[in-house]
Amino acid sequence: MVYADNAATTKTCSAAQQAMLNAMEQFWGNPSSLHTPGQQAKEALQTAREAVAKAIGAQPREIYFTSGGSEADNQAIVSAAKFGARRGKKHLITTAIEHHAVLHTMDQLSKEGFEVTLVPVDESGIVKVEDVAANLREDTALVSIMYANNEIGTIQPIAEIGALCREKKIPFHTDAVQAVGHLPIDVDAQNIDMLSLSGHKFHGPRGVGALYVRRGTPLLTFIHGGAQERGFRAGTENLPAIMGMAAALEDACAHMEENDAHAAGLRDALIEKLSAIPHSALNGDRERRLPGNVNFCFEGIEGESLLLLLDDKGIAASSGSACTSGSLDPSHVLLAIGRPHEVAHGSLRLTLDRDNTMEDVETIAAATTEVVEYLRNMSPVWKALQRGERNYVI
Amino acid sequence: MLYSEKVMDHFRNPRNVGEIADADGVGEVGNAKCGDIMKMYLKIEDGVIVDVKFETFGCGSAIATSSMATELIKGKKVEEALALTNQAVVEALDGLPAHKIHCSVLAEEAVRAAIKDYYDKNGIAYEPDQFCNGDCSCCHEHDHQEPEE
Repeated sequence: MVYADNAATTKTCSAAQQAMLNAMEQFWGNPSSLHTPGQQAKEALQTAREAVAKAIGAQPREIYFTSGGSEADNQAIVSAAKFGARRGKKHLITTAIEHHAVLHTMDQLSKEGFEVTLVPVDESGIVKVEDVAANLREDTALVSIMYANNEIGTIQPIAEIGALCREKKIPFHTDAVQAVGHLPIDVDAQNIDMLSLSGHKFHGPRGVGALYVRRGTPLLTFIHGGAQERGFRAGTENLPAIMGMAAALEDACAHMEENDAHAAGLRDALIEKLSAIPHSALNGDRERRLPGNVNFCFEGIEGESLLLLLDDKGIAASSGSACTSGSLDPSHVLLAIGRPHEVAHGSLRLTLDRDNTMEDVETIAAATTEVVEYLRNMSPVWKALQRGERNYVI
Repeated sequence: MLYSEKVMDHFRNPRNVGEIADADGVGEVGNAKCGDIMKMYLKIEDGVIVDVKFETFGCGSAIATSSMATELIKGKKVEEALALTNQAVVEALDGLPAHKIHCSVLAEEAVRAAIKDYYDKNGIAYEPDQFCNGDCSCCHEHDHQEPEE
């Protein structure tokens, strides 16, 4: 099997597995307990917190463990909004290409009376700093812009936006779920006030993540009922998952340069091969993208059938087609970069990682070429394009 | 699994794929914007569908429902084919996920559109309300989400 869906989740690495087993065997005490097993667990928790903090240049006390990236996004955004509202600031800024954990939270806040500005992206899938600047207002309570996009892998100008927000004294949150463990991050140098991360995107376990909150940035408690996470997130800590995540993150950061070079080499080779398919187009900026991200549109076919046939050939991939998500509209990200609906339906995302090989790339390219041709041969849309009854878009 | 074995079988090995150059009736329904288009070709002799082919742009269930619909009407009288319902297609496929039911509606509409074309070409009279107006874009259930461009 060729696994090419690392943006969805990654295989739990052996360092994480060992750490989790270790947690269950040795640190099964409750970190809130005063006895020895409890205090040992508390120390292990602190060590994990230090490791996560170090990975993004933060202080351990600025890390709050959560159930994952979505919870971290929710808590960061709602906190900033509600604290802003107390000072009469009810304007929120984000982008059109955010993960739904951000967009749907913003939707909910707009129903509650907040005004949300969605900054557009250009056709390369990158937010322009001047567009963010142009939308800043006196009553802006938060700017939330993702570090790297989960679908098309585009890396946003986070440091520039951070500097802008710092200058205007507006809290800046970034959903860095796709970036942490893959790209170097320094919350101080990049002026990030809040950052969301998720364990299973860098070979840690799922069901665990963290929210970084800069000291001095106010935070609301979402889950009440205990003093865990300095009172901001009640519930006995999921220590096996937290330790697994910390171990995976240390491992990812220690080998980031070589992992990135490897993934980028595979990515570039795959982009080159898939570009040979007629009427195909790469989605997202060619250079400023995550090392392992490949995302293509193929005209005249639909993404779900492409995925299923690739799965039959032993390739696990993903698509932005509406049919895979169960909704009518195709990926909001592909629409935001200007792909028409009919083309966005025919998208394929392949996300490679350190475990992939050049042989995988060959297999994926050959299978994709074959399946695209097969589906086009039964597609009335493709036939109409070929007869000149429809115009090619890509 | 998302789909039944029957659906996967018809998706992986679709029956009657292709076109009929001298078809007696051709029907195309759906909208590429919504992610599925089905085109049905009928060869009709003495009121019997002697051959049927389809072309589909769409997801796994769109291909499977097209394939099953062709199986269900092949060799049948035109009137019998006209009575084909989307439920019959769904049942023959051992069910579809709820959000894929519209694919079966599209398959039914494709058959009906092809028969309407056959009636029109041959001057066979029919009640106008026997057929939809041809604008089956995104199927009925999705119509309300259409107006944006």
